[in-house]
Amino acid sequence: MIDFTFTDEQELFRKAAREFAETQIAPLVPKMEETGRDWDPAIKALCDAEMMAITIPEEYGGLGLGYVERLIALEEIARVSVATAMMMQVGALGTAPIIVFGSEEQKKKYLPGLASGKHFATVAVTEPSGGSDPKGCTTTYKKQGDSYFLNGRKCFITNSHIADVQVVMAVDEENPDSFSTFIVESGMKGFKPTHEEHKVGMRGCNTGEIELKDCEVPAENLLGGEGKGMRVAMTAIGDVGRGGMVGCSLGLQQACLEASIKFANERILYGKPINRLQAIQFKLAEIKIDLDAGRLLGYRAASIQDAGGRSSNEFAVAKYYTAEAAQRAAKMAADIHGGYGCMEEFVVTRYLRDSFVLGPSAGTSDIMKVIISRWVLS
Amino acid sequence: MLSIVVCVKAVPDLDEADKIRIDPDTKALTRHDIPLVINPLDRNALEAALQIKEKGEAHITIISMGPPSAGNVVKECLALGVDQGILLSDPAFAGADAFATAYTLYKAIDKLDSVDCVFCGRASSDGATEWVGPELATFLRMPVVTMVREFVEAGGNSWKVKADIEDGYRLVQVEMPAVFTVTHTANTPRTLSFSGIIKARKKEITTWILDDLGVAEESVGLKGSPTIVSDLTVVESKRTCQIIEGTLEEKADILINKLISSGVLL
Repeated sequence: MIDFTFTDEQELFRKAAREFAETQIAPLVPKMEETGRDWDPAIKALCDAEMMAITIPEEYGGLGLGYVERLIALEEIARVSVATAMMMQVGALGTAPIIVFGSEEQKKKYLPGLASGKHFATVAVTEPSGGSDPKGCTTTYKKQGDSYFLNGRKCFITNSHIADVQVVMAVDEENPDSFSTFIVESGMKGFKPTHEEHKVGMRGCNTGEIELKDCEVPAENLLGGEGKGMRVAMTAIGDVGRGGMVGCSLGLQQACLEASIKFANERILYGKPINRLQAIQFKLAEIKIDLDAGRLLGYRAASIQDAGGRSSNEFAVAKYYTAEAAQRAAKMAADIHGGYGCMEEFVVTRYLRDSFVLGPSAGTSDIMKVIISRWVLS
Repeated sequence: MLSIVVCVKAVPDLDEADKIRIDPDTKALTRHDIPLVINPLDRNALEAALQIKEKGEAHITIISMGPPSAGNVVKECLALGVDQGILLSDPAFAGADAFATAYTLYKAIDKLDSVDCVFCGRASSDGATEWVGPELATFLRMPVVTMVREFVEAGGNSWKVKADIEDGYRLVQVEMPAVFTVTHTANTPRTLSFSGIIKARKKEITTWILDDLGVAEESVGLKGSPTIVSDLTVVESKRTCQIIEGTLEEKADILINKLISSGVLL
């Protein structure tokens, strides 16, 4: 038999995450929306609430929890602010390669600070030429003495201007088939965050470019061995990045459902609440069906991961389904609101904009289909 | 070490209040499928105890009377930093009014080795009698200060507290041990933390049934309750709409008169 229930402790984690999101994050959202920046208070709140420590092992100062608990936390935070959940999920995406592939010295050096919030992380793989074709990477590395020198540009990097620990993938200047990843600190010579993006949604989530100009990285910051970079980056993105996007999408779906129910209960049309209209009821039902199906897919993948298995394919299925479902949910939520769904004072307009950004993050739906089709054909 | 007991009630989650129904026969609230949460004002009482603990050595025990499902509320208190959790759960305890509740809590506190003070929330969000704290103090033969908004001096043989009154507060010095009922202005309760939940794994919940308290069944629950709820009705709200015509001043005057005549404004 399969038990589909969360443990009492996991329910308590959900309650803790919801309380945190509603009391600490929700008040920050209006300013983040208004400026598209002002992410510092959200980052501080995430760190103070130990949200960045969830999957870091206890021996390195983390909480030693699993990916089910991470998904619970992300879902609850995204329910209030997808932008904040996105920065949190990518922070963990930058941390995971150090947990999985880091040397003992690297773990001791970086993980306690990443768990406590002294440091914040990201992964820098995507380049102007695209993110779905990592082998098209043009950022190069060259070893000279005890250092590697990196040159290139990364774009669409979440936490680009926040993260002081960035896992960067580059290609050997002399061997186009050899990719490696490096732990780059923001203070290292030649590292520079440059352009900040202004996205249509997830406003207040830092996204931007970084420039690496003869960036000198000590040899001991090579992560996972020379030539192993593709495995490091793809494992992180497949298992952690896609899983994180599932959390963001599920949280947004839940928010859409709640906003839609509230509006449908209160909006009077033809002398009665519009929740009595079948056209509205069916939309609510469709959002709920998608949400439940997405949760089953997402938590299945997270459970596989917690059991020690690879879950990147299962997360590809869940990422595809939940991102698409979140976009459907946001559209239906706006539709249920009628004309109010076009007015910015109604939160569903934010949901609609946020849902748009869920699509390409950690791989578009078409790329997910490519991955899933490879899986079924293999 | 200071020994603080906090009495915590598991109440229906007010976010789910629309699901609460009144049983037409028993006049009791039917709460099936409604999650139980810590009574909001008990969170203020708990927070006050936790803040005192943070300033010096203290051991906090929470006692909650309720169905087995109230164990989740006790667990939540442990995750918030409480040292020991006791759940008073027995079918005989069901249907207790404030008096029977206070008596049952008293018998449980009486079993503990030494207690320096007892904290309660000012009122519960469901019953809202505000009687349990004072009645408990009577059973315990302790002084009681109600509506505490600030613990000015906590520690030693006498404490100083500020307690709310209608237009201000009283500064009260009270000989210990004592009972305090804490109000919402006392503090902002802390939220759950993931590490707190993890630490609570090692904390046990003790469950006491009727026999553990050594009391007669007639003294607790519905049988031990001298008050009964004779009737409960649901307030029905109806919407009406009136368009007020006239200049801005005329409209304001008409509106104020209507609000006064309908009893909204006095």
